[in-house]
Amino acid sequence: MADALKNKIADVFDEPACGTNVSKSEQQRKKGCAKPLTPGAAAGGCAFDGAKIALQPIVDVAHLVHAPLACEGNGWDNRGAASSGSERYRTGFTTDLTELDIVMGYGEKKLFRAIREVIGVEQPPAVFVYSTCVPALIGDDIDAVCKAATAKFGTPCIPINAPGYVGSKNLGNKLAGEAMLDHVIGTLEPEECTPYDINIVGDYNLSGELWQVKPLLDRLGIRILGSMSADARYRQVAMMHRAKVTMMVCSKALINVARKLEERHGIPFFEGSFYGISDTSDALRTMCRMLVERGADEDLLDRCETLIAEEEAKIWAELNAYRPKVEGKKVLLYTGGHKSWSVVAALQELGMEVIGTSVRKATEEDKERVKEIMQTDAHMFDNMAPKDMYRLLKEAGADVLMSGGRSQFVALKAKVPWVDVNQEKHEPYAGYMGMLDLVRAIDRALNNPMWADLRGPAPWDEPLPDLGGYVPPLRGTCPVTNASTEGATPIPSVRVTQASAERPNAAAGEGIGSFVSSQTDFEDC
Amino acid sequence: MAKLTHPKRALSTNPLKSSAPLGAALAYLGIEGAVPLFHGSQGCTAFAMVHLVRHFKEAVPLQTTAMNEVSTILGGAEQIEEAIENLRKKSNPRFIGIASTALTETRGEDVVGELREIVTRRTDFADTAIVYASTPDFAGGLEDGWARAVEAIVETLVPSIDPVFKSTNPRQVNLLCGSALTPAEIEEIVRLIRAFGLEPIVLPDLSSSLDGHVSENWAGTSLGGTRLDDIGRMVESAFTLAIGESMRPAAKLIEDRTFAPYRIFQSVTGLKPVDALVRTLMGLSGQQDAPPSVKRDRARLIDASLDAHFHIGGLKVAVAADPDLLFALSSCLSGLGAEIVTAVTTTTANGITERVPAEEVVVGDLGDFEHLASGTGAQLLVTHAHGRHAAHRLHLPLLRAGFPINDRLGAQDICRVGYRGTRAFLYEIANIVLAQHHRAKPEDFGAAPIPEEFEHVPQIATH
Repeated sequence: MADALKNKIADVFDEPACGTNVSKSEQQRKKGCAKPLTPGAAAGGCAFDGAKIALQPIVDVAHLVHAPLACEGNGWDNRGAASSGSERYRTGFTTDLTELDIVMGYGEKKLFRAIREVIGVEQPPAVFVYSTCVPALIGDDIDAVCKAATAKFGTPCIPINAPGYVGSKNLGNKLAGEAMLDHVIGTLEPEECTPYDINIVGDYNLSGELWQVKPLLDRLGIRILGSMSADARYRQVAMMHRAKVTMMVCSKALINVARKLEERHGIPFFEGSFYGISDTSDALRTMCRMLVERGADEDLLDRCETLIAEEEAKIWAELNAYRPKVEGKKVLLYTGGHKSWSVVAALQELGMEVIGTSVRKATEEDKERVKEIMQTDAHMFDNMAPKDMYRLLKEAGADVLMSGGRSQFVALKAKVPWVDVNQEKHEPYAGYMGMLDLVRAIDRALNNPMWADLRGPAPWDEPLPDLGGYVPPLRGTCPVTNASTEGATPIPSVRVTQASAERPNAAAGEGIGSFVSSQTDFEDC
Repeated sequence: MAKLTHPKRALSTNPLKSSAPLGAALAYLGIEGAVPLFHGSQGCTAFAMVHLVRHFKEAVPLQTTAMNEVSTILGGAEQIEEAIENLRKKSNPRFIGIASTALTETRGEDVVGELREIVTRRTDFADTAIVYASTPDFAGGLEDGWARAVEAIVETLVPSIDPVFKSTNPRQVNLLCGSALTPAEIEEIVRLIRAFGLEPIVLPDLSSSLDGHVSENWAGTSLGGTRLDDIGRMVESAFTLAIGESMRPAAKLIEDRTFAPYRIFQSVTGLKPVDALVRTLMGLSGQQDAPPSVKRDRARLIDASLDAHFHIGGLKVAVAADPDLLFALSSCLSGLGAEIVTAVTTTTANGITERVPAEEVVVGDLGDFEHLASGTGAQLLVTHAHGRHAAHRLHLPLLRAGFPINDRLGAQDICRVGYRGTRAFLYEIANIVLAQHHRAKPEDFGAAPIPEEFEHVPQIATH
């Protein structure tokens, strides 16, 4: 590993703004916050994955992956980050390294040519060049290539050094943030700065979630100047240093960016969430208060309160219409999203019972909040084996599972409704209006008439219908095996039911044998 | 329970239904060695033939008694006799199915009487079975004509027996197919029945005549279908399975004549309806079990339902079709949480319309369909090929179902019945929904667009 990268990782792991990190000893801190991966029992993404996730929503940039095919070929076009402008970010650019490239060391030259070609065809505002395991291993210097390409073509080429093997997805997020801090943020100036400019960090506008919140900001006159990286343009990232406040959404993944924006450019940040009604209101309140502290007009606070009151009243009126449909239903939550507690609060408010929640990624602080909302810690669990979850759901311990994509099939195979609340979901659930979409989704899942049909017994698990009192005999021979079916020994049904109990008499009268149960498929023979 | 309504208007815009004689002709084509014969002017036949040819992409034998002005006034008995004689000379059919048209019905011909007289007099016609169904164009649609024809076939060719001498083959069942079934669907149901060791006599059997195959030689008659001998053997069947409520009169008639009990399957699309059929087949075969392939198909349908319900749940669907098909498709979709916001059908004869899972079923045309679908916010249209104009104007996807499907190939291969067919149907619907992928835009949520200064303007001149 290059020294520069090693130092960068050590730097990222030392995060004074993170409570968990600060409480560690010096030695522990050096080890990093990522738990060591267990071979044979790991499933998450790599650092490259994390870097790509964090930056790909920058829509007008050409994202060029310097790698053999797998890194981009198996991973492109799979995320629902929405764009209001360029669709370039959806195009998968890769150098598709071959055996020859790797053995002969052609990687750097190929990368340089690839950069030239992508600039020629796309004329993007910038090219982001992602390093991956193989080029990092064979020593391709993407920093040098990017520098040369920037000088030669005049388009910024930004090296993103986060090869997969250095660590987890979370680390990749942070390394991507570092690349932005080092090479992009502060390189462009906005036409004008206002006291109402903010940065939003850590939101990716999945299915348009940012836009569920943006109308609220629009009404308050707040401008999203910098974004990392929901519906972002390259220029917005480059201008982030001129915002007044940074909101860090939902996750500590990009906390290094928020902290360094504060250290280097004096932009204070706060953590907030747009999931759930009370969290949305809290985020708006905090944002306005901090803007006022930094020079915005005092009346922003009043306008904010009016807006919150209006929106909350409106959304509760709409949500209450769904109360009869969801009331009394038991919900099992299985997400890492410990920031979604105000979602839980809203569901409880609508009469739903949250019977359990995973706290596998939660901090002590979060756990306290769980206890506070649920009034007991009896419903917290860490991990649930798919087998146990299947049993719980099968035994009707829960009416609906809300989780990410991985437990989807545990629920479905147990014939239990499932609502997608993870990042891969296709519906936006942010802000006030998103809460309505979520409750609608729950209603749609819970009350689909299909469940009753699917849970009903199969025809062979029910008594035989009585259709006239005789059982027809088998006739002739099987055309394939030539086995004679004449005079086959009568074999009583496996499950003797009332209806079939009468059958043997009638059958015996005609000398009729029944099939060997489920051994003979007449269609197959 | 759906309310049946008739729009108060004189003008019909963009017809939904095909005519009753066409339905009868189609049913007749499911008999081996058949030529359907329209008793009417030659135009009636020409329109119907073109319709059938375009749907099946097959040469369709269809003849006419070619009524002219004189015969229309003086009576068409001679025309019928001449037509039968000529047909026998030309293509030697074993079966001639006659369907009346509006022209001859308006005139009020006693075709039954005339035909009896002809057959008695012309003993040389004896080796051709001749069946007549009254199918005026002005009463009902394709489904009614089909049902009448099947009834007429049973009436003429299935003998009445004395129960004392009834010799039943307990493994033989009658399968009466309604007009909603395609050749592939008949095949699927037959496969299911055979899987239980039962031998069905299919009436009418389009699966061997209009399934789209190249035969070894040219015949001026239907290329396959129910064998006449088999129709005679229907008396020996232990049971009659009828698919579609429209087959009830025919099934009842068979019971009257042969004392074989019957059961109507109003739909065989969807988990529960197919379960009902399978349960009956289990009962008939005396098995408390089903073949492994059937069990597996059921498990696969359940999985398909689970995957598809995300896309079908809450979907607003507009369906226009003959009653049996309307009921089968809309009840299956509604079982997965779809909302049937518009239901339009062709005829009132079939009582199944009351069970359609919609608030109201309109007996109307594609004009009503288009108007209602746009008013109720439908997201998907389900009807035959002529619905494409409505789909185009409303910018909605169209699932082709029913007759005619003349702008696509393989109409005969569509299969939406049984566990397998239902599975394919659910995927079909879900994929249509997925193909309508809507990329979220800021204006969907009322958000203002991004300031222009953030957008990148390429420096290189592009002209």
